Amino acid sequence: MSIKKEKYIRLTLSYLVVLAMVAIILYPLAWIIGSSFNPGQSLSGSSIIPENATLAHYEKLFDLERSNYLHWYWNSLKVSIFTMLLTVIMVSLTAYSFSRYRFVGRKNGLVLFLILQMIPNFAALIAIFILAQLTGLLDTHLGLILIYVGGQIPMNTWLMKGYLDTIPKELDESAKIDGAGHMRIFLQIVMPLAKPMIAVVALFAFIAPFGDFIIASILLRTEQKYTLAVGLYDMVAKQFGAEFTTFAAGAVLIAVPIAILFLSFQKYFVSGLTAGGTKG
Amino acid sequence: MADVSYQTNHRKIAAALSIIPGLGQLYHKQYLKGISFLILAASFFYVFADLLNIGLWGLFTLGEKTPRDHSIFLLVYGILAVIVVIFGIAFYLFNLRDAYRNGVKRDKGEVLTNLKEQYHNLVDNGFPYLIMSPGFMLLVFVVIFPIMFVVLLAFTNYDLYHSPPAKLVDWVGIKNFIDIFKIDIWRQTFFSVFAWTIVWTFAATTFQVALGIFLAIVVNQKDLKGKAIIRTVFILPWAVPAFVSILVFAGMFNESFGTINNDILAFFGIGPIPWMTEAVYTKIALILIQTWLGFPFIFAMTTGVLQSIPNELYEAATVDGATNFQKFRNITLPLVLFATAPILITQYTFNFNNFNIIYLFNGGGPAVPGSNAGGTDILISWIYRLTMTSAQYSKAAAITMMLSAIVIAVALWQFKRTKSFQEEDMM
Repeated sequence: MSIKKEKYIRLTLSYLVVLAMVAIILYPLAWIIGSSFNPGQSLSGSSIIPENATLAHYEKLFDLERSNYLHWYWNSLKVSIFTMLLTVIMVSLTAYSFSRYRFVGRKNGLVLFLILQMIPNFAALIAIFILAQLTGLLDTHLGLILIYVGGQIPMNTWLMKGYLDTIPKELDESAKIDGAGHMRIFLQIVMPLAKPMIAVVALFAFIAPFGDFIIASILLRTEQKYTLAVGLYDMVAKQFGAEFTTFAAGAVLIAVPIAILFLSFQKYFVSGLTAGGTKG
Repeated sequence: MADVSYQTNHRKIAAALSIIPGLGQLYHKQYLKGISFLILAASFFYVFADLLNIGLWGLFTLGEKTPRDHSIFLLVYGILAVIVVIFGIAFYLFNLRDAYRNGVKRDKGEVLTNLKEQYHNLVDNGFPYLIMSPGFMLLVFVVIFPIMFVVLLAFTNYDLYHSPPAKLVDWVGIKNFIDIFKIDIWRQTFFSVFAWTIVWTFAATTFQVALGIFLAIVVNQKDLKGKAIIRTVFILPWAVPAFVSILVFAGMFNESFGTINNDILAFFGIGPIPWMTEAVYTKIALILIQTWLGFPFIFAMTTGVLQSIPNELYEAATVDGATNFQKFRNITLPLVLFATAPILITQYTFNFNNFNIIYLFNGGGPAVPGSNAGGTDILISWIYRLTMTSAQYSKAAAITMMLSAIVIAVALWQFKRTKSFQEEDMM
């Protein structure tokens, strides 16, 4: 009897904990969704389920004349996709040479990458700003993309190298005997086998620019060129409260697609982060 | 001993000739290589002469006359010049080594490789360099260059009052570091910011880790139903981009219209709390929010570990008469902590530099009278404030150096202990 009773108490407590957590997690999400349908610009006197729900805020966001939101969305996508492509290409190439070749400077290169990945790449804010000014890359997306890609290289190179090291070298050696060239071994033998890790690197490289605020806020000057993080912050900071419902609609429109993307690739995230990387 | 037996002295002659790059190779009758080395060396000086001249001069003086010299640009040219010089020296050493090695071969009476073989050698040995170079060059300019710049800046007096083009910037040695520890307002601010950074890092991280592990164990109980849906919900805070959640929380904690004061606390009959205007409450709110944001990651990882623990361990423990708590204490917890330890440390370094939450939630505020840092500023957001609003560039750079030193020390300590670092082939 006592075992049964103990089990009963344990399970009840567990469900209570789970229920409390679900409430804590879902409340902010419900609140922001509710706010986004709330009529009027401010929230005073509103409730989570608005009485006369409206889509007005969403309409406003999609109206290019009244809001830059679509520009921001497009900018964020553009920056993220190009960062992802460039990162995958450069990281594959560097990781491949570190993994497969023994060349002068290899060891020092690896140590250099190891140390660089520990320094947060926004630690050098002032320098990034001045360098962008000098090269005319201030307020351009190209400048932003280059900085993101550069920042991604060290950590992801280590990640990718670790994975490539596990692909047996006998494979490329036998291909070499069969007369395959360097590029061919890389593209047709090693890269196809590294697909899971390429997916992880691509995901990281896509998500990181999306969530970055600090570098984008320093480099981007005109409102039309903002990315989502900068744009939304601006919307909130300029007149907090006065435009909160519009902000809420904007937040929902980002959170939903990213959350879906994330949930479908979640296992890659976990495997990638456990495999290496120091930035967490 | 082997050296003595050589009849000829090609290696020394060639290496000596290669003091002018290319001559040593010409001496070996490797004409194409020699000529291309010569051309490379000549064009190096031709192309970079001005940069080297102005840059190295600028690096030492940081400019002498105000309208003409812009100290910061000179500093940039100086760093570029140093980078170019490093590449130049690398090429030069390569040239010397090449001449000497081929000299050794000739001394041994071996035949030097012909053009075709040289080409093959070049492709074979050069391939890794070739495919690395785009990524490496980018790294040099967007990561290494800024770091060098910040390091140098920490030893100048670049601030609002020494700001080009109107004024020159000067080298001041370690004055910035001394000032931070000697001048009262800097020292007090530094130590209060540093103390909060440490408290923040440990409190926020420990809460998120503890909650994540606890929930993973609760959900992993065999007889709990609805695991899949619970897990999906628990992952949600991680799936929503952090900057969105933080801004949403900033709205929820808002003192005039936020739902925390108006709905939740009012429901329990508690009066409104000044979340955004009193530092203590902002700090509590920040730690709660970071716990909300950070636990799902630990939860997901721990769940993975728990699922990989073989059931036999628990069965054996049951046979031995262990209680549930003993099983948890002696089987579950050690295994979980062992498997997740490296990641846990990265969580601490991540929060140590967690700029987004501090800045997006309340801008590092509320403001503290008589201090140039806000009430909840951590080191990284204080650096941002010093750079972007009060133009204290050199002080910000000095603090950046100290912060980076801490982060690197922790990370190196951690890496030394990870298995991958000790594997032979890794390095």
